[in-house]
Amino acid sequence: MSAAAANGAPDRSGPWAGALLALVSAAAAAAFATLIPEVSHGDAIAAEWAWAPALDVSLAFRVDGLSLVFALLITGFGAVISAYSISYLRGHRHQTRFFLYLALFQAGMLGLVLADDVIALFAFWEVTTVASFLLVGYDGTAKARRSAWMALLITGAGGLALLAGLIWLGLVAGTTRISEITAAGGLGGHAAYLPITLLILAGAFAKSAQFPLHIWLPNAMAAPTPVSAYLHSATMVKAGVYLLARLHPALSGTEFWTTTLGLVGGFTMLMAAILSLRQRDLKLALAYSSVMSLGSLVMFLGAEQTVAAAAAMTFLIVHALYKASLFLVVGSIDKMTGTRDMDRLGGLWRTMPMTSIAAVLAAGSMAGFPPFLGFVGKELKYEGALAIAEEPAPLAAAAVIANALMVALALAVIFRVVLSAPGDTPKAPREAPALIWLGPLLLAVGGLLCGVAPDLVGRTLVQPAAAAMLGAPAEIKLKLWHGVNVPLMMSVATLVLGAAFHLARRPLGRLIARLPGGAEAIWDGLLDGVQTSFAAVTRRVQPGSLRTYLTVTFLAVAAAPLAGLRLAGGLPEASFALTEPQALAAAGLCAGGALTAALAHRRILALAGLGASGTGLSLLFLTFGAPDVAATQILVDVLLLVLVAAVMPRLPELPPRRRGRGRDAFVAGAVGLAVALATLAATVGPFDASVADAMSARSLPEALGRNVVNVVLVDFRALDTFGEIVVVAAAAVGGLALLRRTRRSAA
Amino acid sequence: MTSPILQAATRLISTLLIVFSLFLLVRGHDAPGGGFIGGLVAASSFTLLAMSHGVETARLALRLPPATVAALGVGAALLAGLIPLVVGDAPFAAVWVFVGGPKGEGLPLSTVLLFDFGVWLVVLGAVLGLVFALEEDA
Repeated sequence: MSAAAANGAPDRSGPWAGALLALVSAAAAAAFATLIPEVSHGDAIAAEWAWAPALDVSLAFRVDGLSLVFALLITGFGAVISAYSISYLRGHRHQTRFFLYLALFQAGMLGLVLADDVIALFAFWEVTTVASFLLVGYDGTAKARRSAWMALLITGAGGLALLAGLIWLGLVAGTTRISEITAAGGLGGHAAYLPITLLILAGAFAKSAQFPLHIWLPNAMAAPTPVSAYLHSATMVKAGVYLLARLHPALSGTEFWTTTLGLVGGFTMLMAAILSLRQRDLKLALAYSSVMSLGSLVMFLGAEQTVAAAAAMTFLIVHALYKASLFLVVGSIDKMTGTRDMDRLGGLWRTMPMTSIAAVLAAGSMAGFPPFLGFVGKELKYEGALAIAEEPAPLAAAAVIANALMVALALAVIFRVVLSAPGDTPKAPREAPALIWLGPLLLAVGGLLCGVAPDLVGRTLVQPAAAAMLGAPAEIKLKLWHGVNVPLMMSVATLVLGAAFHLARRPLGRLIARLPGGAEAIWDGLLDGVQTSFAAVTRRVQPGSLRTYLTVTFLAVAAAPLAGLRLAGGLPEASFALTEPQALAAAGLCAGGALTAALAHRRILALAGLGASGTGLSLLFLTFGAPDVAATQILVDVLLLVLVAAVMPRLPELPPRRRGRGRDAFVAGAVGLAVALATLAATVGPFDASVADAMSARSLPEALGRNVVNVVLVDFRALDTFGEIVVVAAAAVGGLALLRRTRRSAA
Repeated sequence: MTSPILQAATRLISTLLIVFSLFLLVRGHDAPGGGFIGGLVAASSFTLLAMSHGVETARLALRLPPATVAALGVGAALLAGLIPLVVGDAPFAAVWVFVGGPKGEGLPLSTVLLFDFGVWLVVLGAVLGLVFALEEDA
């Protein structure tokens, strides 16, 4: 850990928070596991609460095969990761905060996969984005902050596109309920199909790091390693995959869908696999291999065939198990040896035996050796790749090359890091605490056990998930041994090719390093461009002159009603007469005060004029039967007077002959004229008292209050008032901050 | 500004103003008044104190920092909005309790009053935050 760990006292409540989160996650995982029998029969469990009934948005949750697989991954891995983090973060200053963020993420991610309403899904989607931002930037270094920003901006922008797409989808489908949208079948023929799909794909691709939006994911490795394992490999980055699978029945089945997902996913897969070979940093290599996996998942989601769905769902589980395990292993290696550079590591089986066992088991699954679940997954991937395309050769070749590069990475982990001669590490390696090696070992052994009994996984998890994704029952049998067939031949080719890549790692790595890789530079250029252009605009529209601001503001105030009158066809016939003597006197006070303020040569006199004008105004309110408004007006006037009087000693004397008075007079006159004309025009039409009458009639019987103004404020429209007082409080805090700043700079 | 007349008068007036402000707050539901106006009156009471006895005295009299008072106000209003959820009503719906008698006779207490008290606190805290800061500057 970085500088943040070094200073300050460690956080005592952190381990307890972690233990609590681990226990809650484990309990949730167990609870979800009890749903397996029911869900694997094809049933779905639903629950619903009204959220915003006026918008027809409800908090509807639904557990079907697809949701259940994700829910189990989220809660089960959540427990493992939390337990691991307790030990991993020992001595860190902000552990409680870390676990709070982790819990926030977990809740958001669970909501995302369980939500049965597109708006609710989107809300949870954003929660995971924010939690990811907080966790990536957790270390607080400049690099971590830049990475957090990049992740937030890319996935956040994708989220906006997604929101638009989901709302549009809801409008077209006539419902925001996901289960109803998918049950209605394909939207392929609809006129809005293309824009909706593009918007949703933008969100999903940004979240799931598809080319060219993938660049945030390798950078997100600035996060603590358990976060990388959990969010950026096992769960959050698969939210996009989840969404595509969830909406598969509605959006798939078109040539556009198949082509786009196949091309983007396939290219991302191949590109990331190649880039992973360049990395000497184990964590970064794993990050690129995660991008590769996400690419292949997206590629399979483009297809219609049951075997592609089965391949996607199996690989989802396989990948989560081995990749999270490998990330955790790398985290513990990093912690115990002080480096993640695979050229400096070596011979860890002697010094870190348990970690090494986990590493080898997970790497075996990643490479797809039998009898790991990874083997089953890889065979299915090849079968799927062969089934998707009309012209299967290029896709199959791409899949073989990408997988061979994964084999090379797995071999590097096994032969360079674990089995080779001892390396040259900053710290003398020793075995990590049990809490640290246990988690990855559990996950890796899980991958082995599932591989031994693939049919169990197939029937309980993969088949219901694939059925939910396809929107139709699916028959899937997972087997370890399929006999000698094309996928097996491809597997053999993969292993041979992978071994060759492994042996030629260094020359290949140098070759790949020469590839153009301008994504980072383009990103930085983009951000710089945005900042400089906005700085230029700001300098222009905010020159810092209060007089300019006021002139512009008041000219707008004058222009708006005049334009409105002009559009309404000029000033209607209207007349208005003040007859009551009190009102006439009050109006005179208003006018006299205002004139005094405008003509005064000393500030104190201008202030007195303003006060007189305000008093006249409140008297006017009083005459026309609005005592609440009158009282507020006079109190605000008093306090304003006090505030201005407090500032006055700091202001310079007014110069005797001021420049620009003519302009000021023009602006003031225009505002007065415009407001007066608008008010006059407003009195012409018949006064619609229905709202006022209804409120008055309901005030006493429903709200037990005789003062309608107050009843409206605190009861009928209490939510509005709440928003207003929040604004008042925020404005005061902002004003205080500004005052403090000027005082500091003055001192 | 240290005028003995103002100081002596302030002692009486500022207390009266606070009482009046609470009176406005409580009667607001049935007659002119309410949390906003009441909060402004209370703020003017402390402002008077700050002008006559100095900001330090006024800060001591308020006991809490103004920003805290405003934050407490937002909290009170939020609480008033959440209480109806406990009794199964929509957020910010009014909940009434009549202490010591049936409706119309017992002392009426309501989340509406708590909400208005929140408004009162926010207005008081926000205004005083600026007044104190500016008076100290001057």
